[in-house]
Amino acid sequence: MRPRVWFVLVCGVLLAALAGLALGPVRLSPADAWAALWGAGDTNAVAIVRTLRLPRIALGLVVGAGLGMSGAALQATLRNALAEPYLLGVSGGAAVGAVLGVTLHLTASWVQPLAAFIGAAASVTLVLLVARAAGARGDPRVLLMAGVVVGAFANAAIMVLLAGAPDETVRGAIWWMMGSLGDATWTGTRWVALYVGAGGALVLAMAREIELLSLGEDPAAALGVEVERATRRVYLIASLLAAVTVAGAGLVGFVGLMVPAIVRALGARTVRSTIAGAAIAGGALVVAADVMARVIASPAELPLGAVTALIGVPFFLVRLRRMA
Amino acid sequence: MILFDDVVLRYPRAPEPAVRGVTLDVSRGTLTAIVGPNGSGKSTLVRALLGRLVPERGRIVLDGVPLETLARRDVARRVAIVPQREEPVFPLLVRDFIALGRFAFGGVWSSETADDRVAVERAAERAGAAPYLARRTDELSGGEWQRVRIARALSQSGDALVLDEPTAFLDIGHEMGVFELLDTLAREGRAVLLVSHQLNLVARFATRIVLLHRGALAAIGAPEDVMRGDQLERVYEWPIVISRDPAVGAPVLVPLRGRAPR
Repeated sequence: MRPRVWFVLVCGVLLAALAGLALGPVRLSPADAWAALWGAGDTNAVAIVRTLRLPRIALGLVVGAGLGMSGAALQATLRNALAEPYLLGVSGGAAVGAVLGVTLHLTASWVQPLAAFIGAAASVTLVLLVARAAGARGDPRVLLMAGVVVGAFANAAIMVLLAGAPDETVRGAIWWMMGSLGDATWTGTRWVALYVGAGGALVLAMAREIELLSLGEDPAAALGVEVERATRRVYLIASLLAAVTVAGAGLVGFVGLMVPAIVRALGARTVRSTIAGAAIAGGALVVAADVMARVIASPAELPLGAVTALIGVPFFLVRLRRMA
Repeated sequence: MILFDDVVLRYPRAPEPAVRGVTLDVSRGTLTAIVGPNGSGKSTLVRALLGRLVPERGRIVLDGVPLETLARRDVARRVAIVPQREEPVFPLLVRDFIALGRFAFGGVWSSETADDRVAVERAAERAGAAPYLARRTDELSGGEWQRVRIARALSQSGDALVLDEPTAFLDIGHEMGVFELLDTLAREGRAVLLVSHQLNLVARFATRIVLLHRGALAAIGAPEDVMRGDQLERVYEWPIVISRDPAVGAPVLVPLRGRAPR
């Protein structure tokens, strides 16, 4: 990918972050927001920017990076430009794992992502088994259908888990199932960043294998890939990345779908540059969507997942049409 | 170099084996062609080489080493295989696509070495793909695409080359180009194994022809010995005469008009 494109992506992140610092129920000028970031100016503004908005932006960046990389890896491995963790039911499975963790009182910042990971890995396995039972693992439509079915099942499972829970827990859980960066804390963000960083390193280390898998199973085997093992690993890593984002910010759909497509449209060809670019663009997109969530109905706040879905669904339909 | 030793192959849940006891030795410096009707087991042999199907009986041996004891990377360094079909979903630059042949030589983080670059450029040159290195794989015609895939196989720089119907969908000129290239590669000392439906071309280029019929060897030998009318008629279930090309002297198969012999 050309250096100019990386420059554009980084500028996008910076712009989104600056908007995230300045915009919200309390509106600051970019200059005031910048000053407040360094502790100068109005004390109220400093508190808002540094304790409320900054961790939120940080969480948005890592969540977006995780979703973008997960989507890019899944799309290449499944040879399907419509694949992404949310539509494949992976995020739903992660949510079940996380909610199960909460009902079992496993709420430490480092445990939640692991509980979500177990749920995500279980659901990706289920989706692939369903698709294989339908006899067409490679067919994008069958795969998505299996993902939607498993996602619906996950939703039902969450409702069952929450049946006996106190009202407050239920309200929190529903808000979280719609996706939100509202509860961002530095401790939580650090754990999410750690897991996303680890998953990102693993997926980038596999980038060449994923590139070969994207050619199809026979060509990949011909060129030296242990196809079954490599595919399993990609699913696990992509599940980890998606699960961590669910633990950190709830269900945020369509980011993993849009971001790889945007990065490819900007000129990314190889899987490695698509994954790396998707990490950056994903962060920018989630932070920007979070700004919209805060601004559109201000002072009320929209769920982040609703905003990404409002952008993502038309995007999905256009792509679907182009594939048909 | 590649030895199939009494190999029996069966697809999962299939009642009958697709290949029943084939023994075949492909040595360096020869061009061996596998021919036979649809469903006779040609591509199944290639899939077994790809490790996608494990022999139920018998073994496949590469230079004395049993295939199942080799990692796919080790196989890829010895034998370059061009599978029958390949449709990339996400287009790549042709140069990057050919460089994927170097996967088995690199580490996880290592970027392209000087060796890789030389191998890629030479492979592109040999296969006649050099003019489109800077193009995208979705901008190539059928003939260009096959050349690019052969170039990728050559960049694996192994001693053996296996191709499953590399000239399907190609016009006469491109098809002849591919056969001439394979002939040259065999003469230079590579072991070339080719699955093809083009019996007349195979008869002119191959050192040896392997005729498969319902998963078993129907005939194996020099083109003169395999290209016999009665034999081909029985295998292809169609009336066939063999004449001799007046210009080049090779046996030529001519399928007759009419109903199949029953």
